[in-house]
Amino acid sequence: MSNQGKMDCGRRRLVVATAAVGGAGAVAALVPFVSSLLPSERAKAAGAPVEVDVSKLESGQMMTVEWRGKPVWIINRTKEMLETLPKLDGAVADPKSDKDMQPAYAKNEHRSIKPELMVVVGICTHLGCSPSSKFKKGAEEGMPGDWLGGFLCPCHGSTFDFAGRVYKAKPAPTNLEVPPHVYLSDTRILIGEDKKGA
Amino acid sequence: MAGGTYEKYKSDGSIGGNILEWVDARFPATSMWKGHLSEYYAPKNFNFWYFFGSLALLVLVIQIVTGIFLVMHYKPDAALNANGVPVAFASVEYIMRDVPGGWIIRYMHSTGASAFFIVVYLHMFRGLLYGSYRKPRELTWLFGVGIFLCLMGEAFFGYLLPWGQMSFWGAQVIVNLFSAIPVIGPDLSILIRGDFVVGDATLNRFFSFHVIAFPLVLLGLIAAHVLALHETGSNNPDGIDIKEKKDANGIPLDGIPFHPYYTVKDIVGVVVFLMVFSAVMFFAPEGGGYFLETPNFYPADPLKTPPHIAPVWYFTPYYSILRAMVWNFFGLDAKFWGVVGMGASVVIFAFLPWLDRSPVRSIRYRGPIYKTMLTIFVICFFILGYLGTLSPSPMGELISQVCTVFYFFFFLGMPWWSRMDKFKPVPERVTMK
Amino acid sequence: MKKFLIALLFAPVLAFASGGSVHVDKWPGSVGDKAALQNGAKLFVNYCLNCHGASYMRYKNLVDLGLTEQAVKDSLMFTSDKIGGLMAVAARSDEQKLWFGATPPDLTIIARARGEAGNAGAGADWLYTYLRSFYRDPNRPTGWNNTVFENVGMPNPLWGLQGQQVMNPETHKLELAVPGKYTAQEYDKQISDLVGFMVWMGEPQQEFRRTLGFFVLAFLALLFVVAYALKKEFWKDIH
Repeated sequence: MSNQGKMDCGRRRLVVATAAVGGAGAVAALVPFVSSLLPSERAKAAGAPVEVDVSKLESGQMMTVEWRGKPVWIINRTKEMLETLPKLDGAVADPKSDKDMQPAYAKNEHRSIKPELMVVVGICTHLGCSPSSKFKKGAEEGMPGDWLGGFLCPCHGSTFDFAGRVYKAKPAPTNLEVPPHVYLSDTRILIGEDKKGA
Repeated sequence: MAGGTYEKYKSDGSIGGNILEWVDARFPATSMWKGHLSEYYAPKNFNFWYFFGSLALLVLVIQIVTGIFLVMHYKPDAALNANGVPVAFASVEYIMRDVPGGWIIRYMHSTGASAFFIVVYLHMFRGLLYGSYRKPRELTWLFGVGIFLCLMGEAFFGYLLPWGQMSFWGAQVIVNLFSAIPVIGPDLSILIRGDFVVGDATLNRFFSFHVIAFPLVLLGLIAAHVLALHETGSNNPDGIDIKEKKDANGIPLDGIPFHPYYTVKDIVGVVVFLMVFSAVMFFAPEGGGYFLETPNFYPADPLKTPPHIAPVWYFTPYYSILRAMVWNFFGLDAKFWGVVGMGASVVIFAFLPWLDRSPVRSIRYRGPIYKTMLTIFVICFFILGYLGTLSPSPMGELISQVCTVFYFFFFLGMPWWSRMDKFKPVPERVTMK
Repeated sequence: MKKFLIALLFAPVLAFASGGSVHVDKWPGSVGDKAALQNGAKLFVNYCLNCHGASYMRYKNLVDLGLTEQAVKDSLMFTSDKIGGLMAVAARSDEQKLWFGATPPDLTIIARARGEAGNAGAGADWLYTYLRSFYRDPNRPTGWNNTVFENVGMPNPLWGLQGQQVMNPETHKLELAVPGKYTAQEYDKQISDLVGFMVWMGEPQQEFRRTLGFFVLAFLALLFVVAYALKKEFWKDIH
């Protein structure tokens, strides 16, 4: 009992046509199921841009705000901290921020809009831990003696400088992500959006 | 036929062929394919009524797939949220509004529930028409009755989950039925609820039953149902055994391979079914208030019973039988007999293979008695179903009592009336009508 | 065989024969009228949302009525400062229970909840009649009663627009005793818009659902043609 023998051309064509139309329908039927896996309106509402007042953030201090469930650090860097950056160009993996981990307006030496105010997602680009701050120079906070200050990821030991740039030969593949953000006024930052009222 | 032995697949030397040969040496791929599809010989005279078995399987798949995705967003929680709405109820509206594509999935599931019963009722009716439950297919029928019972449980547990007014009060009424059982009843209903009223504990255990326990049992029973059917071979509208007339190769003369002939035929049935299904789902998802009952758009309120409670349409015939029992017998009160009547009206289907004593299977060769009895039975079933959606009334009670009496007479009198009929001679070979 | 099919048709016919007891007027609007829905939305947030929540709705959904996000923010958002926020009620439910004796129900899907078996539009008709049937009743604590919803807990929130009706003790009909901002005809139009908004809000995607359904059916019709031809082709073998 072999159908192949009897399968003439017209019959084959109909099988292909039915399979094609039915297949297209099956793919279309997948759309609601796959899209139901995307963030819902509730998740989108919770992930809406966050407005932050930085007027009370003193020089050398750091604050954390939550945006889309992730910690976003805002660091008011001192002049001293900023001076460490050019010195480390040789030690970090991506000194010129060539990899697309920041909006175009933060692709510069200090990876920020205003030189002193760093806005960065505090999630290690390796496997998603949140690095801890090691701002003090040298071995005081358990870092190597030539440490200039920055961040250490406790999970796998990746280190970052004050611009969130990752050191060479560390597990994290890229610099820390700079989220889209915009200054609503001199001291108010909107995190999550590039332009006002967009 | 199923259960036979088949030669293992031999590769033609291609890579695909080699893989198939490797698999087939370790797994009964060929024998399953041939035994259940390409060399499963089904009678060639299947008519309209034979679509509903495969359609039931389709609806099962729809329910399982949509169910999997609904569980990702649904929350079985009776506590009130910040807006004073039960979390479970709000999570259904969340699916309807906030989850992309969620409303399609939810309407598929809610329409699918009613579609499941429509398809299964028609499938069972086919069995009554052509005597599919008769020897040697008694086990297929029994597994089928098991599936039907399981489906009723599945539907009942699922209906609580939206945690609307009808969900809540429907569950309240049905669980209280168990308290009618003498001695252990009241404690039993507390055990089922896990609380003194239907509450959060009830919601959570019903959720567990609905998404895990009953689907697993259902799948097992369905596998058994199909395996038993393929062991005996399918019945047909003439009620003849096609295995009795075979050609030189041992293939039934009136049999055709299920695949491709019935696969291509069932595809047509599936498309027509999907058109009806989509028409309801996209243009009348409430099913006129019968598929999604309007009081269920109010969140459950344990302090306020809706003015009129009715079960979903597929339970209403049995619900009418429950309400028709208004007399106390043998010192036990009417409530108990109502529950007994309701339970018996479902379980009695299981005894059909032994109640039917006619010498022929199919209605085509039975006489006027069976045709009349079956017609009245169907009409009674519809009247009971319709009365079950209404508020109780004296007239309705009387009508439902008459129908209930006939309902049981249809089954319990069958050993006598099924023999008395005038039968026509059964042809040797199947007829293509 | 035909007999059974006739019997199958029996039940739905019976089901549709049943009807409600209170007379209600037919809602004259449609959910396709965007301008009416916008007006209804405005009435809803101004007159209903103070006491009733619409807590399954997000303000963002109002954009589907043909408004910009800015317009929604400026003219319709009173209870939330986030466009993605839920249209929750301003008042607290436990306080409301004290004032009204019961927490006013959430109105998001009230048009669906007020529906009837066999009559999908019944919810809209009921709301349309109910909101026009308030009258002054000194025997009620709120001073208001309603011919459709006897001894209702809610005072007429729209009396400023409708005026005040009283029950004529002889004819048992409602008469306008104190005129409001609108004439009876204008007021009916306002209520029609408000009901339209509530019908839309019950299922904001309902128009899209019907459009999509049309395409799905058209596709299945095409699939039917191919599948039927395939079946015919194969069944040529069977005699």
